Amino acid sequence: MSTGFIILALITIAGAIGAMNCGRLVHCALSLVASFAGLAGIYLQLNVWFVGVAQILVYVGAVAILIVVALLVTRNAESDRQNEGSKGWIAGGSVALLVFILLAGALSNTAVTGAATLAPDSSVETIGRRMMTLYVIPLEALALLLTAALLGAVVIALGGPKPGRASK
Amino acid sequence: MNPLHQYLLLAAVLFCIGLAGALARRNAIVVLIGIELMLNAANLNFIAFYRFGPNPERMEGLMFALFSIGVAAAEAAVGLALIITVYRHLKSTNLEDLDRLKG
Repeated sequence: MSTGFIILALITIAGAIGAMNCGRLVHCALSLVASFAGLAGIYLQLNVWFVGVAQILVYVGAVAILIVVALLVTRNAESDRQNEGSKGWIAGGSVALLVFILLAGALSNTAVTGAATLAPDSSVETIGRRMMTLYVIPLEALALLLTAALLGAVVIALGGPKPGRASK
Repeated sequence: MNPLHQYLLLAAVLFCIGLAGALARRNAIVVLIGIELMLNAANLNFIAFYRFGPNPERMEGLMFALFSIGVAAAEAAVGLALIITVYRHLKSTNLEDLDRLKG
């Protein structure tokens, strides 16, 4: 286990715990950015450059900004530090602990033959050729999904038709 | 410890933190943050299996992770738009307040 992996894993886990545990919502969003950045570092450390950079662009850039903007738009006076009961944490934490025990048990019982091979060729050119030949249908489906999702997000956030105009 | 194991274990920890937060917190945006953490844990699994799996030159895990990042971005946009609409109606993002189907 390399030192770089341990540091990045600690950043990721600490960011995730902070994102779930902070009282102020803006601190939650900032901890989330730390967690995403730690994951991007892990991808870069694994020599999967393209996914690491995409992670930084999409998550650290776009999704984090989107969440912060949504936080600021929906901010009201009493939601900044809301009183969250400990009952939810007991229930949620025990379910999560159960899931973790299941996952870790399955992991320790499985003989994974993952050898540390050399970094496979994952240059942008290779990825682009693959995407435009073998994976072109998923790519087009994703393009369609993104267009539909962006239009849908705008329509939902604008609200439905005005009552006067709808009853024409 | 096998190098694949440590990445899978990190992904399991990340998934469980996100799951606990999504179940325990009351604010809709924080629940969405928890869901994003779980999606990221799945992405880490894709990349770990791609990197240490038997056929890395076929790039299946990498493509899966890239498409999954795209889908997660769309999901975040639609989810936050829904939360903003709910906030306009109820002046609250607390999930405990969302207890009726009438708009």
